[in-house]
Amino acid sequence: MRLSLVVGASLASLRANKLRSSLAMLGIIIGVAAVVSMVAIGAGAQAQVLERITAMGTDLLIIRPGQRGTGGVMSGTQQNLTLEDARALLDLPRVRQVTPVVQGMGQVKFLGRNTRVQVQGVALPYLPMRGFEVERGSAFSEAQVESSARVAVLGPVTAENLFGGAEPVGALVKVNGIGFTVVGVLKAKGDQGWFNPDDQVLVPYTVAMKQLFGLTRLREIDVQGAEGADLTQVQADVTRLLRRRHRQAEGSGDDFTIRNQAEMIETMSRVTRTFTLLLGSIAGISLLVGGIGIMNIMLVTVTERTREIGVRKAIGARNRDILRQFLVEAVVVSLLGGLVGAALGSATAWLISALGAFPARIEPTGVVLALGFSAAVGVFFGWYPARRAARLDPIEALRYE
Amino acid sequence: MIAATGLVKRYLLGGQEVRALDGVDVHIGAGEMVAVRGPSGCGKSTLMNIIGCLDRPEAGSYRLDGEEVAGLDGDRLAGVRNRRIGFVFQTFNLLPRMSALDNVALPAHYGDLPDAGARARRALAQVGLDDRMHHQPNQLSGGQRQRVAIARALVMDPAIVLADEPTGALDSRTGEEILALFKQLNGQGRTIIMVTHDPAVAAHCPRQIHLRDGRVVEDG
Repeated sequence: MRLSLVVGASLASLRANKLRSSLAMLGIIIGVAAVVSMVAIGAGAQAQVLERITAMGTDLLIIRPGQRGTGGVMSGTQQNLTLEDARALLDLPRVRQVTPVVQGMGQVKFLGRNTRVQVQGVALPYLPMRGFEVERGSAFSEAQVESSARVAVLGPVTAENLFGGAEPVGALVKVNGIGFTVVGVLKAKGDQGWFNPDDQVLVPYTVAMKQLFGLTRLREIDVQGAEGADLTQVQADVTRLLRRRHRQAEGSGDDFTIRNQAEMIETMSRVTRTFTLLLGSIAGISLLVGGIGIMNIMLVTVTERTREIGVRKAIGARNRDILRQFLVEAVVVSLLGGLVGAALGSATAWLISALGAFPARIEPTGVVLALGFSAAVGVFFGWYPARRAARLDPIEALRYE
Repeated sequence: MIAATGLVKRYLLGGQEVRALDGVDVHIGAGEMVAVRGPSGCGKSTLMNIIGCLDRPEAGSYRLDGEEVAGLDGDRLAGVRNRRIGFVFQTFNLLPRMSALDNVALPAHYGDLPDAGARARRALAQVGLDDRMHHQPNQLSGGQRQRVAIARALVMDPAIVLADEPTGALDSRTGEEILALFKQLNGQGRTIIMVTHDPAVAAHCPRQIHLRDGRVVEDG
């Protein structure tokens, strides 16, 4: 018998029992909707996390001083990263750019307004390395860094707080009582959760070290690997160089820590992938429950249609014709449920993003997978009832009342 | 055409063995019209099931057109039922929610014939129901339903039509019409075998086989 006829007959028999068919479908609808929306939420979360990390630069090594301590008790951060370390790192073959970073809190004033923000003393490469762009005005120049010029680039939030609608570029602000000329305003990056890069002030590290905070040691050195270089390899080079410069004994622990952005991205995507998988599997369980519902309904249907099965066999249906008929019916139920569920799940995911609760991302592969899975559920849970129907003895079936 | 010898079939009923068929020999030639008679429990239904290839005998031989049926597997038996035998039941056994035409076409679909629709129309015309082909069974009278069932039995153009109490659920006038239809089919050369307990119905058949307690007690 042609498959189109079998599918048509299945649809007709589902129509004949509308309430029952829709109840059987409901389990699958809820299951698929749950899978699709959960996977969308997981994928959205993954995309957001990765975007945040990528916003900080992707090919960076961030070197910070290690903790000082003896006998396992850590008693504070060491102050052992120097400008000379930074210069030496720049000479490594697989290193493209290096910037020293010093940090401090600054009270920034303009006319009657003031704000307390983080002030970063950096070199010029810091901006491209960390993915900052200057929206208005310009970054400070190499010469201004060399000459410890009192120039500042403001984050957009800081600029807004101090200037409101007024033009910040060219204005004179006071940072901890020292006058700085605003040369530029950064383009907004968005809050990163643990730190808002839009609310800070960037100044040349020279002036920050000598005049603002009176520092001789660095808070951080950022290293960017050369084009196409393996960041793990760069990290090894950096470690070797710093250990030598710090005269660390063979076998002792590093007196600095390196955060590898590439590793960070990989770790975070692994974590979010696991998270997505977890959400998806929990939702998948409801799909399984829906499948059991289908099996239940199909068993009832087979019993109810025993006589019909007997008649079909008497007029020449083979066991496999009967098997196929009931299997197709189960798959039609689950696939229809899957389609409705996928639509419902996508709508839910869309609604969640639209309401701004979570950045859901509907994955076409996820939808296709959920549909395929629901069809598989139909085959799996339809198999036993269909086989029972196929194995009915035609004489018994014809006699069934 | 039908050559059955020494058919044996036993059942366990309530822990007791019942010999539904106890060595039955039946030979039926092409174009015959035969009534199988006997009281209920005499084994006539079992004999019909075996002749109709719905069941296999435990012992004995059943040859249909010279082919031994006992050795065929389930699929081959289904094929025999599909192409060589037409069934007519007492309670019609049409499928609900399906038009008369679809009901009649069903065996042709199982036989994978491309002209199932045309065949079904011809079969319905043969039983005089071509004006009711799009009605569903519950929109038809009992006699009309049985005609649809006969059309379904004819759609594959089988050599043998097996009818199990075909007039049992009909009033006597409609029953006469159905019997007339069977006679007409027999006149076209088809072999008709009819199970009945009603002597008046059996009287329409030139040959009658009496069964009692699983044995043939009279044949002629």
